[in-house]
Amino acid sequence: MVIFKVESLDVRFGAIHALKGVSIDVEPNEILSVIGPSNSGKSTFLRTLNRMNDLQPHYRMSGTVAFEGQDIRTLDVESLRRRVGTVYALPLPLPLSIFDNVAYGARMHGLKNRTKVAERVEAALRQAYLWDEVKDRLLESAFKLSGGQQQRLCIARTLAVEPEVILFDEPCSGLDPISTAKVEEAMLKLKKEYTIVLVTNNVMQAARVGDRTAFFLSGELIEIGVTDRIFTAPRDKRTEGYISGKFG
Amino acid sequence: MNPHRTQRIAFSFLFAANLLIVALVVVIVVIIVQKGLPAITWQFLSDVPRQGMRAGGIFPAIIGTLYLVAGAIVFALPIGLLAAIYLSEYAKDNILTRLIKLAIVNLAGVPSVVYGLFGLALFVVFFKFGVSILSGSLTLGIMILPLIITASREALESVPQSFREVSLSLGASKWQTIRHIVLPNAIPGILTGTILGLGRAAGETAPILFTVAAFYLPQLPRSIFDQAMALPYHLYVISTQVPNVDEKIRYGTAFVLLALVLTMNLVAIIIRYKFRMKKKW
Repeated sequence: MVIFKVESLDVRFGAIHALKGVSIDVEPNEILSVIGPSNSGKSTFLRTLNRMNDLQPHYRMSGTVAFEGQDIRTLDVESLRRRVGTVYALPLPLPLSIFDNVAYGARMHGLKNRTKVAERVEAALRQAYLWDEVKDRLLESAFKLSGGQQQRLCIARTLAVEPEVILFDEPCSGLDPISTAKVEEAMLKLKKEYTIVLVTNNVMQAARVGDRTAFFLSGELIEIGVTDRIFTAPRDKRTEGYISGKFG
Repeated sequence: MNPHRTQRIAFSFLFAANLLIVALVVVIVVIIVQKGLPAITWQFLSDVPRQGMRAGGIFPAIIGTLYLVAGAIVFALPIGLLAAIYLSEYAKDNILTRLIKLAIVNLAGVPSVVYGLFGLALFVVFFKFGVSILSGSLTLGIMILPLIITASREALESVPQSFREVSLSLGASKWQTIRHIVLPNAIPGILTGTILGLGRAAGETAPILFTVAAFYLPQLPRSIFDQAMALPYHLYVISTQVPNVDEKIRYGTAFVLLALVLTMNLVAIIIRYKFRMKKKW
């Protein structure tokens, strides 16, 4: 079953036409990489999937986005966001302890039992490869962690809500190569249980982890296909130009 | 004239303006302390006024002021905070919201004696609360409402937008986000604004003139429907309405009032400072 079925999606912010007739299917347990220069609409596309664009002023969309067969506009927005989690470009810990950061989402969805919360936190931190580094300092402020650790904390925080889909919005743009490798490793393991949409400015990252790759330019979907094919035999000149570094 | 010279002159004027402010505060405090401190004895603080307020203490006025300040805050803090949350988190930028904000700004500029008359008309006469602590507290509460709303709004809006977005993206509802993320991080700012409001309420004379203040009442109020003495009004009375009051008593009263207000401001500063040290982002 298709996870997201996006059909002729048009998004405008006031006079800005951010997405133009985009149609994409997101398959279960894949990593779909979305690449394109800045202002190509790739982050807007991502934010449409869990309705985070609703928070922007003058936002209008047309076309349909169906999540597991249901129009996202008819879904309860809180449960949609619980099932479709996000990891942002910059690590954004909440002003809470490491433990409370990871527990936050689960608690907000009604998980009260202390043992269950602790179990959920530990499992999420292990999945994000952070447990060993923080297990002795769970009550410290999350802001004391390094940038790379904070980003893995944010991944753990999203995992602790037990979503079905994880949206990564340029998750490594502020990280050094070693931290980036750790995050990519986590993503590859995660796709066994989750569906992942990865927006990235790093073309090589898309080549490394994406099962399929979509190329956006000026709000349009130019090309989508299996990653190997996109990188070896792009059908569109503009795709070729972008991935070979001629523009963008 | 060469630019260095003009710069130096401009700089000295700017500096002199600040010096003047500091000097004024210092002079006021020094005079009040010098003339008032000798009057401060345990008896002065704990006794009722005697011999037509020419002797004895100011205990009922201190208590009256504390009651009024507490009453004003009980009324103004919840309403002010709720209004601030609405304005900063929910209100869309439309004509109604702009009208509300304009009203708040204007409310802050209304002269305090007008609040006094308003309190007399509304609480004392219309609601039949009489000249009482209740009427005085409500009047003072309305007066400090804009201050509390403005300070709370600033505190709420200083919480980074990204925290709200993260919380919502985890599927928390808007109210959960406000309750668990925005409010806890805004509390120091709200508290600071509230305490400054308290100081303002403690020092005002005009709003309590017609609504609560008793000229001379050598006993403590028994309920919120009683009249009460209050420090600023008592100071006015013994300075202008009663002949031959010892200077020591007048300055002693001024000292107590000043100490009360400055202590509140000091507490506000300490809270703000402590929070700045602890701030996590």
